[in-house]
Amino acid sequence: MKTTVSRRTFIKGGLAGTVVATVLPEKKSQAATFEGYPDGMGVLVDLTRCVGCRSCEAACNEEQKLPQPDKPFDDFSVFDEIHHGQKRRTDETRYTVVNRYDVPGLDHPLFRKIQCNHCQEPACLTSCFVNAYTKTPEGAVIYNPNVCVGCRTCMIACPFNIPTFKYSSAFNPRIMKCIFCYDTRLKEGRPPACVEACPQEALTFGKRNKLLEIGRQRIRETPDKYEDHIYGEHEVGGTAWMYLSSVPFDQVGFDTHVPKEPILNYVKDFLGIVPMVLTVWPALFAGFHLLATRKDWLKNKNEDTHEEE
Amino acid sequence: MRTRKKMLQATLAIAIGGILLWPEPGRTMEAADAPETVEINSLARLYSGVDFNHAMHTEIASCVQCHHHTTGGEVTDPNCIRCHAKSGEADTVSCKECHSSDRFSKDDLSKRDNPALYHIDKPGLKGAYHLNCVTCHQKTGGPTGCQDCHTMTEAGEKMFQTGQHAPSETTGGEHSGH
Ligand code: SF4
Ligand code: SF4
Ligand code: SF4
Repeated sequence: MKTTVSRRTFIKGGLAGTVVATVLPEKKSQAATFEGYPDGMGVLVDLTRCVGCRSCEAACNEEQKLPQPDKPFDDFSVFDEIHHGQKRRTDETRYTVVNRYDVPGLDHPLFRKIQCNHCQEPACLTSCFVNAYTKTPEGAVIYNPNVCVGCRTCMIACPFNIPTFKYSSAFNPRIMKCIFCYDTRLKEGRPPACVEACPQEALTFGKRNKLLEIGRQRIRETPDKYEDHIYGEHEVGGTAWMYLSSVPFDQVGFDTHVPKEPILNYVKDFLGIVPMVLTVWPALFAGFHLLATRKDWLKNKNEDTHEEE
Repeated sequence: MRTRKKMLQATLAIAIGGILLWPEPGRTMEAADAPETVEINSLARLYSGVDFNHAMHTEIASCVQCHHHTTGGEVTDPNCIRCHAKSGEADTVSCKECHSSDRFSKDDLSKRDNPALYHIDKPGLKGAYHLNCVTCHQKTGGPTGCQDCHTMTEAGEKMFQTGQHAPSETTGGEHSGH
């Protein structure tokens, strides 16, 4: 139970695997066969139960000590908000949001809670160059804010658009995303704050393996109520947070075109084409330099605005 | 996948349980014996408890609609009938005797790890109340808003950052940073 798969372990399987794979194509890498921790926890989100009460959002804000929202959590006008043609998404001020979907032919709206899905083989983790992410044996994908350089690679790699950044007053870029309440709850075996707050038990917390059993039982016992699919069982190689729905998943905002295998495999294929060290790194270092300069620039800019106030 | 053996174990466990809890005959409760109101408040924190008008609900719903197999008639759910057609009434009609108020605690989760257990998905007390009430209210046009049934407490206003804890007007409006 003590070991954690850090980026190093992944990269050993990933990068070393790539090198090995070029020489001995028949040898499988470790990472590609990693099937997740057997006792990893997860959450099964049942859209047929969610009533859009936003209790989960409020509980998350409190638990994670996030900033005050623009509107109270019992204000349901947020469901009508559209930003750049899209419904609300998670960002550095809110690790989870609930959105409403009006599905044609249904007499009531459906609601969907969004947060990090805590992938079994997270693309954010495998893509990070400074080892900021960790997948813990309990199932959470957490990060070390102290080593992040703010390069935003994870933001682009994540298939669910989850990681966002805070450029705080200390000028440290900081990844901001749902951490499965790891520090305060999951580590001690307690359910996340959002799960505990949900009145409808739309969020079921448990071992991922058990949740699959529960999901299948719900589908088997009430086949008219559910799509015969558990979103996240296989998507991107499996996620710890999974979903049940009464309508096809693309009608409630899910990306149904994500690959059924880990994003890592794709990264690996890409890396296999040209040795990354020769091509990408110079560009990356140039990028880091720009970022460092940007920090100074931001600092100056902030000081300027301070003076204006 | 559930094996035949496990199914058998589960059925056996239920059968034995059934014999031990077999009710004495003629114990069926009359709706008139039931309480007028039931105060549902064991979990109240963010919202005040509910003074549930039990008498009124006995007029518009039959006992089994809420009490499943515990009182007032035969089981009707086809999934339940598979095992419980002859289970008879249970010893208790109280929700909290079967639906745990510490759902998702370590203890609750480890109990559900038992491979012989069929009811791995039994809702906790809070879930049982809301799923039972809200689902029916949605179908029958009953009240479904949170505060239609219970008023928010001071603790609730704090967590929901509403009422006296609402964001001030100056910070309100469009979500910043986009
Ligand atoms: S959903 Fe995105 S941020 Fe969360 S673990 Fe998966 S890849 Fe990482
Ligand atoms: S698991 Fe914790 S951090 Fe993640 S959405 Fe729920 S309350 Fe927020
Ligand atoms: S608390 Fe539960 S029912 Fe309410 S919006 Fe969140 S997931 Fe849906």
